[in-house]
Amino acid sequence: MPFLPVFLWTDLLIYLLLAVVLVAVIYIRQYPHLRTPWKLVLQRKRGVISIMVLLCYVSIGLLDSVHFRQALEIDKDGDTQHYATEVMTLLDLAVLPLRQHAEKTYSSPFATRSFVREMQSAETGQLSYDYPLLVHAGSHLQVEQDKSADIQYRLMINSVWALLVWALVLLIFLILTAKRHAEPYLKTLRQIGSGQTEYPLRTAFSMLLGILLLSFNLVDLSVDYHVLGTDKVGQDVLYQSLKSVRTGLVIGTLTTLVMLPFALFMGITAGFFKGWVDDVIQYIYTTLNSIPGVLLIAAAVLMLQVYMNNHPENFVTVAERADMRLLFLCIILGITSWTGLCRILRGETLKLREAEYVLASRALGAGSFSILRRHILPNLMHIVMIAIVLDFSGLVLAEAVLSYVGVGVDPSMISWGNMINSARLEMARDPVVWWSLSAAFFSMFTLVLAANLFADVVRDAFDPRMQAGR
Amino acid sequence: MTSALLEVKGLKTWLGDSDNPLRAVDGIDFTIQRGQTFALLGESGCGKSMTALSLLRLNPHPASRILAGQIYLAGQDLLTLSEADMRHIRGRRIAMIFQEPQSSLNPVLSVGDQIGECLQWHFNLSGDKLRSRIISLLESVGIPDPEQRIKEYPHQLSGGMKQRVVIAMALAGEPELLIADEPTTALDVTIQAQILDLLKQIQRDTGMAILLISHDLAVVAQVADYVAVMYAGQIVESASRSQFFEHYQHPYTKKLFAALPTEQKRDQRLSVIKGNVPVLTQEFTGCRFVERCEQVMECCESNVPQWHEQQNHGVRCHLFDSEKSVEQSIVQQAINSSPLSEVLPADRLVLDVKSLKVHFPIHKGLFQRVVGHVRAVDDVSLSLRQAETVALVGESGCGKTTVGKGILQLVPVTSGEVNYQGQILNKLSERELKQHRSALQIIFQDPFASMNPRMTITQIIEEGMSTKHLGKDVAARSKRVDDLLDRVGLRPEHKHRYPHEFSGGQRQRICIARALAAEPEIIICDEPTSALDVSVQAQILNLLREIQHEFGLSFLFITHNISVVNYLAHRVAVMYLGRIVEQGDRDEVLNSPKHPYTQALLAAVPELDEDKQRSVIRLSGELPSPANPPKGCHFHQRCPKAMPVCSEQYPTQTELSQTHEVRCFLYEEYEHGSTDAT
Repeated sequence: MPFLPVFLWTDLLIYLLLAVVLVAVIYIRQYPHLRTPWKLVLQRKRGVISIMVLLCYVSIGLLDSVHFRQALEIDKDGDTQHYATEVMTLLDLAVLPLRQHAEKTYSSPFATRSFVREMQSAETGQLSYDYPLLVHAGSHLQVEQDKSADIQYRLMINSVWALLVWALVLLIFLILTAKRHAEPYLKTLRQIGSGQTEYPLRTAFSMLLGILLLSFNLVDLSVDYHVLGTDKVGQDVLYQSLKSVRTGLVIGTLTTLVMLPFALFMGITAGFFKGWVDDVIQYIYTTLNSIPGVLLIAAAVLMLQVYMNNHPENFVTVAERADMRLLFLCIILGITSWTGLCRILRGETLKLREAEYVLASRALGAGSFSILRRHILPNLMHIVMIAIVLDFSGLVLAEAVLSYVGVGVDPSMISWGNMINSARLEMARDPVVWWSLSAAFFSMFTLVLAANLFADVVRDAFDPRMQAGR
Repeated sequence: MTSALLEVKGLKTWLGDSDNPLRAVDGIDFTIQRGQTFALLGESGCGKSMTALSLLRLNPHPASRILAGQIYLAGQDLLTLSEADMRHIRGRRIAMIFQEPQSSLNPVLSVGDQIGECLQWHFNLSGDKLRSRIISLLESVGIPDPEQRIKEYPHQLSGGMKQRVVIAMALAGEPELLIADEPTTALDVTIQAQILDLLKQIQRDTGMAILLISHDLAVVAQVADYVAVMYAGQIVESASRSQFFEHYQHPYTKKLFAALPTEQKRDQRLSVIKGNVPVLTQEFTGCRFVERCEQVMECCESNVPQWHEQQNHGVRCHLFDSEKSVEQSIVQQAINSSPLSEVLPADRLVLDVKSLKVHFPIHKGLFQRVVGHVRAVDDVSLSLRQAETVALVGESGCGKTTVGKGILQLVPVTSGEVNYQGQILNKLSERELKQHRSALQIIFQDPFASMNPRMTITQIIEEGMSTKHLGKDVAARSKRVDDLLDRVGLRPEHKHRYPHEFSGGQRQRICIARALAAEPEIIICDEPTSALDVSVQAQILNLLREIQHEFGLSFLFITHNISVVNYLAHRVAVMYLGRIVEQGDRDEVLNSPKHPYTQALLAAVPELDEDKQRSVIRLSGELPSPANPPKGCHFHQRCPKAMPVCSEQYPTQTELSQTHEVRCFLYEEYEHGSTDAT
């Protein structure tokens, strides 16, 4: 076999989550009343934009979640197949040049020379103290001065390609829709152009064009340049930003996955059954809430660290170690953060259980479980949905802060928090090394903003009163 | 200067964006004379509150705009004034009181501070002068012990007291015009009578004019001097009170009167107005009432009716256009009613409640120890025969809703028996109870809150069936949902919609369909029409009567609306502070009430016909707390006929006739054969 698949714990959980989402989508599509709110989400411009941005992030994250070890060449004497100790992902394969084009140390975006001066000897043997040429970036240029001309030329060519692909997609779409509605192409095109379609197709296509332009240019330029510069050990910052996406997504989604059952179960039970059940649950979350979160996380992470050091045989690769720590971080973050949602859910359940439709249902003879399932839970789902999406952005940010403090993900794992952590010292440098920090900032910012916008649109769409207003 | 205090000409207030405006107030004219009570009458959504807000230019901004018109207050056009000048008008020359006293008072300010605010701003009063003025204001609205009350906060006052404080605040500016927007709708009848009296008395003392906004014909009949009826943003009829109530002319007004439930209409369906209020976002080319009118003519669709006035009685209707030769017979056409025979109850007892008690524990302290009980229901006995309607009447807080919930086992019953078909429901286990659940159903007051907003109509109605494991197969169930929707007068095509897509009346129909889905024997109706307009109420009452005929249902009708009771009920039970003080046949209780509380309650109900109005029996004070009921007869502190014995023990039940029972010492001796105490 040319490769050995590696299933990390977080990978499995991500696949599980993906499966759940897919099943949910199939389920929702069957019922018109469940489909309507999602249709509303897709009918709003903000919804379409945020979904497209999120999809980009998710696909990067998913590519980065397929792990494997490449096979090594078989030695002459031995006949057993050995595999590389380094765990690769599909994303690594896709951006192989980025991964391999490491420089010696810092270089600014699109630079051809290093950021730091160095003693170097010319061919003549003369020593000079100057900025050395970079090993990979700009190595294809005949003359260094051609750089800007080369970049402009490539930008143009790539943009033309992007436009062509975009036009092709548009054309295919036109042909398909025009055929379905039996309308002339031009009319359909005019409808899209004037924004008179049922879904905001104009926005979707503009967004698609933007994404295509960006990705085409990035892909092509990143082969020969460091588009976002390099960090202290010469690693490409664009590569780091891409690798961080998975870490952020895992923290954001898996933590919620861990937290949700606690919060839902405890919150609803406390609110619905009241009495001593309520007292016990309230006692638990009040106690848990009074422990400083960072302290608990630090203690847990350090304990795990000790365990991993004492049992190295359980972890074959560095990636597995790092992954275990990531998973553990998710769990501990989940355990410390369910109390807020639990409290909200308890309050809401207390209100709902007295609602007249619950009384009517009890008068009809419905049991507690059926009331919880039919009346309480569906009316809490919008709160859960909003909490998940809002928590998501909060958790992505929390990861950055924790890694910065040093109790976050494993130092070997690329994450936005680690990027910021390693870049912070360079902020004091003159001239300042700004690209690491900005890259982390912007990729995180885009994700969080898109998630928040998405949360907004989802909430509006699921609020029955808002639907009436439209 | 004319004698008119306020003259409104062609006022238009539109809501929403300019492309698709909602014509909430669309060109109305009226004049209020000094010292007059002018009533603006209309159903919800007709634009009467928006009119009131526009007068003060307090209409929501920027959601609405005043597009045209003039508002002259004693000759001065308010619409041309600057915002700063308006502030000297608001509160000083025109004051306003709102429906809900709870939300018009700031809970963190004391009563004195809130009244003082207006005085400081308009009269620059301070110190002792301010204080003495506040006290005199509180005295003038009949609040006892004003020196104490001045320091109290809104939560320490009862509902009636709060509305008095709100009126005192309005009076502080010594206004020439008081706008009262449904001032008594949120209050009980006895309190309503007090507040209406107070308003009348203040008007006599100060000579100010009142613009009364109301949906209640009877309230208007009591206090107004001049009446204007609003429909869909326009005034359709206006006249002086006596003229209006004797010769109402507009088809809409006629319909409104016909829709009122009364004793005389017991053998017929109530007249309903077909269709719905038109959507106000359209541009009207004809009469706004055309689709619902029974006297519709050709010109009604194409021509906008003009205002026709004869002897100070104006009507906006083509029927009264002197240029068009309208046959008088059409004008005089009576509203035809369809007969519906009275339901005759069978002799079979379906529900027998014996000394039901529901006490809620009061927890206090760190360990939540029980320190007392709220005696919401304290020894109530009721019985219900098949196809009978028993009305449970009482003021808010008397425990009538808790009786309903206690019967349904929705609240834990402290003691007593709820006997249904030989089974004592409150002694059954949850599992055994389940089999009887569907036989007893409930319809709530607020149709908006009684349906899960996230379920479609089908799901809501099917819930009643699925919990009883009725009709497992999908086709049969869907057929039954269609049948039920059809039965309650809704279109089966709408069954996949959500509750919020329906109007209040339609929602109440869905709730009835849900109750019917369980095939019940008894339905407890908890004020099912009090959140609805008169014309919609008529539809629901008709529907309830019809299904009673069809399915032989028994109703326990919980309400405070005496006219509905008069129309619907067979027997009446009057509740006061957790106990039934009088019960008997409808005719006995309502036409010859014996208990002083029943007498006072009935006297407080405003009547359309002035001659019929009983002289108001003043009840002092308000309902005591059920957590700490007074010793002896619960009513003795407020009773005008209290005797020494009343404060010592609770009266036992006295049977006045075979069906009529009362708990009062006035009649106890009567039974023992001694002198008649009345």
